[in-house]
Amino acid sequence: MRTIAVKDIVKAVRDMCIHANRFQPADVRKCLKEGGAREDSPAAKEVFRQISENIDLAEKTGLPLCQDTGLAVFFVEIGQDVHVDGNLTEAINEGTRQGYGEGYLRKSACDPFTRKNTGDNTPAVIHYDVVPGEKLRIAFMAKGGGAENMSRVTMLAPAAGWDGVKNFVLTRVAESRSNPCPPIFIGIGIGGTFEHSAKLAKLALMRRVDDINPDPDLAAKEAELLALVNRLNIGPMGLGGRQTAIALKMNVSPCHIASLPLAVNIQCHSSRHEEVTL
Amino acid sequence: MATYELNAPLSDADARMLRSGDIVYLSGTIYTARDAAHKKLSELLDQGKELPIEFKGAVIYYVGPSPAQPGYVIGSAGPTTSYRMDSFAPRFHSLGVKASIGKGIRNEAVKQALKDYGGVYFGATGGAGALLSTCIKEAEVVAFPEMGPEALRKLKVEKLPLLVINDSVGGELYVMPDLAAVGLA
Ligand code: SF4
Repeated sequence: MRTIAVKDIVKAVRDMCIHANRFQPADVRKCLKEGGAREDSPAAKEVFRQISENIDLAEKTGLPLCQDTGLAVFFVEIGQDVHVDGNLTEAINEGTRQGYGEGYLRKSACDPFTRKNTGDNTPAVIHYDVVPGEKLRIAFMAKGGGAENMSRVTMLAPAAGWDGVKNFVLTRVAESRSNPCPPIFIGIGIGGTFEHSAKLAKLALMRRVDDINPDPDLAAKEAELLALVNRLNIGPMGLGGRQTAIALKMNVSPCHIASLPLAVNIQCHSSRHEEVTL
Repeated sequence: MATYELNAPLSDADARMLRSGDIVYLSGTIYTARDAAHKKLSELLDQGKELPIEFKGAVIYYVGPSPAQPGYVIGSAGPTTSYRMDSFAPRFHSLGVKASIGKGIRNEAVKQALKDYGGVYFGATGGAGALLSTCIKEAEVVAFPEMGPEALRKLKVEKLPLLVINDSVGGELYVMPDLAAVGLA
């Protein structure tokens, strides 16, 4: 049994909230920096130029990459031999509170009906998994509203199959057009139950751009669907171009014999996430 | 496609001259408002009360900035998705608002209002909020401070880089997704 101090968790979460909102993950950063060279039109190139300059400026000044610093989403893997010397959920929320406060990040959490802002960007959305071992792994994603609003969960009929999945994803991306700040990242969750598919989709957004699916069939499906998405010619900011999406990742899990749950979680080019292991 | 340097508030002639695809570097005074401020402004209009800002020639920037760090006038300040303001925009245009700045598609009612009242919809690059904030020289909350990031702010901007997405003659810059290319058409 290993004990992890709440104060260390608070600090790690605080730092992660601030850092992730200023610095893109290296793989995302590289794609955005190099994206302009892959476009033909001046408008698409100009979008990438601004995105690239924005990245440099955020790194230099500490201004957040985007004013929408998101709801704070966490995926926590807690080793079953870990003991936290206090309230883990409260520690993550306190880290969020401190990070969003001290990092000059926007507080975007509000009551769904009164729309009253909670004032400190809590409560965070926290997903827990218990895993073997004595480590605590916390992955953070700053999830902005614009791209999240374009996301959907649907329950397809099993007969819809892969064609049904492709149609739904392509239709969703096509209808979203310029709204989610393309070039986008697409996380797809297939299988499980209604809520599990959504969780799988969000986890897919945490995968590295160059992470090839270990299942060759799924790797081929990811590549096929990404290529199709990029034939839609929505392009950077909806102005047309080769890159409507930069990456498309699919996580799959067995489902009920009656169901084919499908979740499409859309992330903007400002894909901000990182993780820490304590 | 032309490039202009214009000043806000916008004149009717300026707004009507612009065409989809034009690049505009906008300077002058503009206002921020997003979901909550639009609702509130609309309620004030319903009640026949005075508005906290002058609508004539106004340019409304759909943005909820992040808090200003010490030494900065504002935090990151890029556009939010515009469709959420679609239900308010035609009325605002009918009362003198000349332009909005956002990102993402507008509905038919908004595009019709741009034609009816000689307005324009500008796009700014979403997710470039740090960069765009460098064009903001002054920022002051002029109404609804209780709304925090959604408060109505008056901004002094210098050469804010914008693209004309929808113009007053029905032009549209956003491309239609190529559904035929993926077998969906
Ligand atoms: S969709 Fe992403 S990049 Fe665009 S405004 Fe929202 S958080 Fe920022």
